[in-house]
Amino acid sequence: MPVNPELVGRAFPPAAPYLVGREKVREFARAVFADAPQHVDPAAARALGYADVVAPPTFAIVVQELTLRQLLAEPDTGIELSRVLHAEQRFRSTRPIVAGDELTGTLSVTAVRAIGGNAMVTSETDVRDAAGEHVVTATSVLVVGEGEQ
Amino acid sequence: MTAVGDVVAERSVHLTRESLVRYAGASGDFNPIHYRDDVAAAVGLPGVLAHGMLTMGLAIQAIVPWLGDAGRILEYGVRFTRPVVVDPEAGAVLTIVAKVGAVEDDIARIDLTVTHGASTVLGKAQARIRLV
Repeated sequence: MPVNPELVGRAFPPAAPYLVGREKVREFARAVFADAPQHVDPAAARALGYADVVAPPTFAIVVQELTLRQLLAEPDTGIELSRVLHAEQRFRSTRPIVAGDELTGTLSVTAVRAIGGNAMVTSETDVRDAAGEHVVTATSVLVVGEGEQ
Repeated sequence: MTAVGDVVAERSVHLTRESLVRYAGASGDFNPIHYRDDVAAAVGLPGVLAHGMLTMGLAIQAIVPWLGDAGRILEYGVRFTRPVVVDPEAGAVLTIVAKVGAVEDDIARIDLTVTHGASTVLGKAQARIRLV
């Protein structure tokens, strides 16, 4: 089944809120070799004006992932996970994610383009805090192989 | 003064299989091609690969000490152009060079070159940052 072009513009409900924990930020920071004190030490983060430890710039992928699961759970996407390659990724931030944030991601599919025998699926996850303010937009381009017809 | 062409940071990171398992746990991405040789071979890969998001995540860290605050990173994007095979014994060494690509008022574009051996593994790896 080819990727369904009607995914573009489909409304997805906001994903369940994600509460950013201090230890999760530390764990993620260690995993991406982020050794700046602001990522692990609350006092260092406060000295820079933040309420708590600051998540590394790519941490938003954890919230985006929750919304991509919603996409893959749709019965008619034509996207089979074993044929998906991550081609591009982008984060556009209004402010960094900080421990204590309660974040909600909302997905939209902005493009489905056929290229050769594959489809390029562009999705955007708009991430907002508990006050509804924009934090970051995470954009992914996935290349989906069409597989056997 | 920040001028176009300035190298603002360089860093090398030695990835091991432990790094991949750690990233899998921290990020929740448990695709087995990132820790099982048999699964990687079965899908035709040359070996167990680093998560693209791990490479992306560690590359930007090179500029954080120079910036002084990761909160100055306004935008960061990459293309995943070549996979990074992580050998079970030797691991893989990634080298990051960060150069100023453009400056306009208080905003700069930083271009990251990330190499594994002779290959560049990320394409168009660029960050837009606040200088002040």
